[in-house]
Amino acid sequence: MDLNNVLGFPILTWSIFLPTLGAILIWLFVSNEKAVRWSALAVSVATFLLTIPLWLSFDNSTAHMQFEEFHPWIEAFNVNYRLGVDGISMPFILLTSLLTVICIVSAWDCIKTRVKEYMIAFLILETTLIGVFASLDAILFYFFWEAMLIPMYLIIGIWGGKNRVYATIKFFLYTLAGSVLMLVAVLAMYFKAGQTFDIQALMAYPFDFDWQFWVWIGFFVAFAVKVPMWPVHTWLPDAHTEAPTAGSVILAGILLKMGAYGFLRFSLPICPDASQYFVPFIVVLSLIAVVYISLVAMMQTDMKRLIAYSSIAHMGFVTLGTFMFTQQAVEGAIYGMISHGFVAAALFLCVGVLYDRMHTREIGAYGGVVNVMPIFAAVMMLFCMANVALPGASAFVAEIMVLAGTFSADQLYGMVISSKWVAVMAATSVVLSACYTLWMYKRVIFGDLVKDEVKAMPDMNMRELGFFMPLIVLVIWLGIYPVPVLDVMHTSVANLIVQATASKLPAADLLAQAEMLQHAVTH
Amino acid sequence: MLNTTELLAIPALPLIASLIVGLFGWALKEKLSHTITTGSVILSAVLSVHVFTQVLGGASFYGNFWTWMLSDTFVVPVGMMIDQLTAIMMITVTVVSACVHIYTIGYMHGDPGYSRFFSYISGFTFSMLVLVMGNNFFTLFFGWEAVGLVSYLLIGFWFNRESANFAALKAFIVNRVGDFGFLVGILAIWYYFGSFDYREVFAAVPAFVAQGDTLHLFSWEMSAITFICLSLFIGAMGKSGQVPLHVWLPDSMEGPTPISALIHAATMVTAGVFMVARCSPMFEYSETALAAVILVGAVTAWMCATIGLVQNDIKRVIAYSTCSQLGYMFVACGVSAYSVGIFHLMTHAYFKALLFLAAGSVIHAVMAEQDIRKMGQLRKYMPITYITMLIAALALSGVPPFAGFWSKDLIIESVGVRELGWIGDFAYFAVLSGVFMTAFYTFRMFFLTFHNSNRVPEKTRSHLHESPKVITIPLMILAVGAFASGAWGVLGLDIANPEIVNGYFGTSLFVLDVHNPLLAIAEEGHHAWYHFVFSAPFWLAIGGIGLAFAMYFRETDMPGKLATAAKPVYTFLLNKWYWDELYERILMRPAQCLGNILWQKGDLGMIDKGIIHGGVVGGVLAGMTRMRDAQTGYVYHYAFAMVIGVFGALTYLVLKG
Repeated sequence: MDLNNVLGFPILTWSIFLPTLGAILIWLFVSNEKAVRWSALAVSVATFLLTIPLWLSFDNSTAHMQFEEFHPWIEAFNVNYRLGVDGISMPFILLTSLLTVICIVSAWDCIKTRVKEYMIAFLILETTLIGVFASLDAILFYFFWEAMLIPMYLIIGIWGGKNRVYATIKFFLYTLAGSVLMLVAVLAMYFKAGQTFDIQALMAYPFDFDWQFWVWIGFFVAFAVKVPMWPVHTWLPDAHTEAPTAGSVILAGILLKMGAYGFLRFSLPICPDASQYFVPFIVVLSLIAVVYISLVAMMQTDMKRLIAYSSIAHMGFVTLGTFMFTQQAVEGAIYGMISHGFVAAALFLCVGVLYDRMHTREIGAYGGVVNVMPIFAAVMMLFCMANVALPGASAFVAEIMVLAGTFSADQLYGMVISSKWVAVMAATSVVLSACYTLWMYKRVIFGDLVKDEVKAMPDMNMRELGFFMPLIVLVIWLGIYPVPVLDVMHTSVANLIVQATASKLPAADLLAQAEMLQHAVTH
Repeated sequence: MLNTTELLAIPALPLIASLIVGLFGWALKEKLSHTITTGSVILSAVLSVHVFTQVLGGASFYGNFWTWMLSDTFVVPVGMMIDQLTAIMMITVTVVSACVHIYTIGYMHGDPGYSRFFSYISGFTFSMLVLVMGNNFFTLFFGWEAVGLVSYLLIGFWFNRESANFAALKAFIVNRVGDFGFLVGILAIWYYFGSFDYREVFAAVPAFVAQGDTLHLFSWEMSAITFICLSLFIGAMGKSGQVPLHVWLPDSMEGPTPISALIHAATMVTAGVFMVARCSPMFEYSETALAAVILVGAVTAWMCATIGLVQNDIKRVIAYSTCSQLGYMFVACGVSAYSVGIFHLMTHAYFKALLFLAAGSVIHAVMAEQDIRKMGQLRKYMPITYITMLIAALALSGVPPFAGFWSKDLIIESVGVRELGWIGDFAYFAVLSGVFMTAFYTFRMFFLTFHNSNRVPEKTRSHLHESPKVITIPLMILAVGAFASGAWGVLGLDIANPEIVNGYFGTSLFVLDVHNPLLAIAEEGHHAWYHFVFSAPFWLAIGGIGLAFAMYFRETDMPGKLATAAKPVYTFLLNKWYWDELYERILMRPAQCLGNILWQKGDLGMIDKGIIHGGVVGGVLAGMTRMRDAQTGYVYHYAFAMVIGVFGALTYLVLKG
């Protein structure tokens, strides 16, 4: 095994497989429910601690892959076990390992049936998620990407709500349909680029425009479903509503990020010309996500569904930033994903806290909660304000950077209006997010205490406060001091922008494409 | 150079106090909660006065402390800039805040949210100080949003009241509409100037204007500087309650009275005026933006004054008066009399805070009754409140030598001397007629509360009493400000002195000579001390008070007759020009309706039912749902789909050759 690593041991392999190893050990040796919980927690904490050196030993000054590992896998097809991270993927690995710990703590008392299977599913899910972000081989990536579906499917299908069967199948079919097209795209590239699945080699290979066009579409469908982008988003509200709390946390926190990560890892560097060609398309879908979805979110009566829609709206910002090809916008998009990972996770946990007490997610069933749960009300207020992107919260940094990057993008490949107006339209989210978030907060938390069920609700216990604490600290810390996290990204993002704005086409093709664009603009 | 530690301590003290009381308030006794917060704010006020005296002596400060965000050319520093404009804002904010803190000790005594309230108002003081002390647009925006948050929390402080919760939500959302504009303005500034820093941006403005950049939307074109200024001004309209974003301010009276005085009269709502004055080096170069500022200010000043004429809630009368006076300040900025605008901001802060706190004292005495029709003759019971409120009312009406006279008179003169076409004429009419209306509604409220007949319900009557010292002392302190701050501004700070450009404010404000109304006033030789006797505003104020005296000093049937005679007008004004109803019809209901349509018809109807359930996927989905078993079949379908995919890919490649 080739190891190119300052730490002296294959840290990525360990990070990926430690949860699975733990899961196997739990499966074989632990039977007592209490012991299962504690050992699952131990495994997830160990994984989290293990991933911290990734950040501490990370070299911010290079855009090259770091902590690389290489091992031949299926040599007949040139499929390799190739791992590595750069400033774009590394933060997601830490996000995953941290959120998994929080998920396991949050499920402590609420999951009462099949605790062991539940914990094992979560640990395996962690493996696949970290695997997705660490893979540098397209097949390996695809393997983790698809494998992730199974534990997620089980988590919603077994521990979910009343309508879980419908939700799981919808979730499964949607993502599967997308993945199949991604596989086709991967294979197409494989044959074209001289039989390699090495992502870095694919980035360098000069695909012609037609290839880029079709490969881009293949990837787009897969990623758009995962993000999710309008109009392939309807699986998300169902999946969220039916998923157990921790399932929603991981779904909103990590799974949604895989789509946008895919755009950054595959679409932009491998198909730069197609990416530029599709900018207007992405911009329109992103703006629909911001405006249309926000209006829909406002009218929801189910809290989880509302937050799910809010997630889609926030991901609209992420996709917008991704395709602006400016330093601020792309960094803002990545930062937005990290921030949303914490904020949306925390909001779902808030709903979970209420759900554990009342067993309903209907906004109308609550009211006046602040009278009996003041600490909870304060915590939820904080996260609602973070969701509204108030300065001081992490989401603000992300939103403002995406807007700044969009405003300054100027020339939008083939758009009839200047990027400034796109930024102005996206900025309406400032108003819309306040409408749906705070209106929900008002109806649930404020008001007089009239309902008997609400009167009986106890405030949060120490365990619940415990899993909110790291999120509170992170949301505020990332809001007032984002520089260390942004520093990790600068070089990698700059490199990505060079890749995405350079053309892979020979000069003659470029001319033809320019004419085509001109044509599109004038008509 | 000013002492950095001292400067940092000014906002840090209230912040630390707010955090301590906010986090550990449940464990603290009332006394400890208010001692920590009030003590720190008083200390911060003392330091602010110290800084102010140094600034008078020519000291200033400029520096960055750390970098908030950094991405390529996008650099967001956190820093401070202390100049004359900042210094006067600092003393205004901290002095009024300190008075309100002391007042609150008496006013909120025994409230279950006592320490929470103190935590909020200290937090507010911190945020407001960040807003005024920052040296760049982002620090300003941080403070801007933070004061908005605290305002939201305080309006909804009594969270069991539905009306308070609604008002809080309304305030936040309407403010966010303004913030939207402000944010766009900040982005445009960064885009065109490559910086957020006041100094760098302002220094680059003249060259930038000469360069003549424009913005396009389809065939519509606008100069970049106008775009920036108008966007910023939208933010100012939201925060400072200007038409059409004024609707939240009167409703914000749902909050406890001390915060009506501190936040919704003296400080936060004036942030918009401060921002326009701070950005005077940009506004000066956009005639369009200045015209918009005048127009919006004048419309607000006039319209809110008309609404104030007929309101019966003591706090709402004062709230509409606040909107109206903020309109005056914007008119002043619009005619390039920024120094006068800020001067009025300062005098207004004292007399309006006093008016609110005195109203709070009254409300306290009549057991939370706010309807002036159920008051009367209170002067007998509460002499200190009566005298202090009289001072505030005279100041607001613009009677010499009280504070409001000096600043308001300068505004009206400034509007009068500028020749600005119909907008200028309208603004002059608005501010002049506004003086009459202001004097009338102020004294209508005053007479109905303290004179007229005693209409206090029997059971409350025995409860009537003067408020305790902890409430009356802040009133007396503010009364000094309401009395003297005007004369001090003109005589001590040279605000009206044409020989020193911007008077005390010096270089902290920027005004082009051709715009400067104070130069024109000096040329017309207006400035003899007795000139007010010959000026219209003085007689209009006297007239307004006189009419109020005739109608309300004793119980007469005139008000009733007038209301019946002019019923349509009266109803129209009583319903506040129907703004709320209008927004309900054209914004709230359509938005909800649209949201429902997009959800039911778009997401559920078209996408889910139409495409998903109708298509192939729908078939599989229906079949699998019927099986009612989540755990069998999935591996099969999974493998199947994968094989199909691989097969399809290979076929494609083979065919393509």
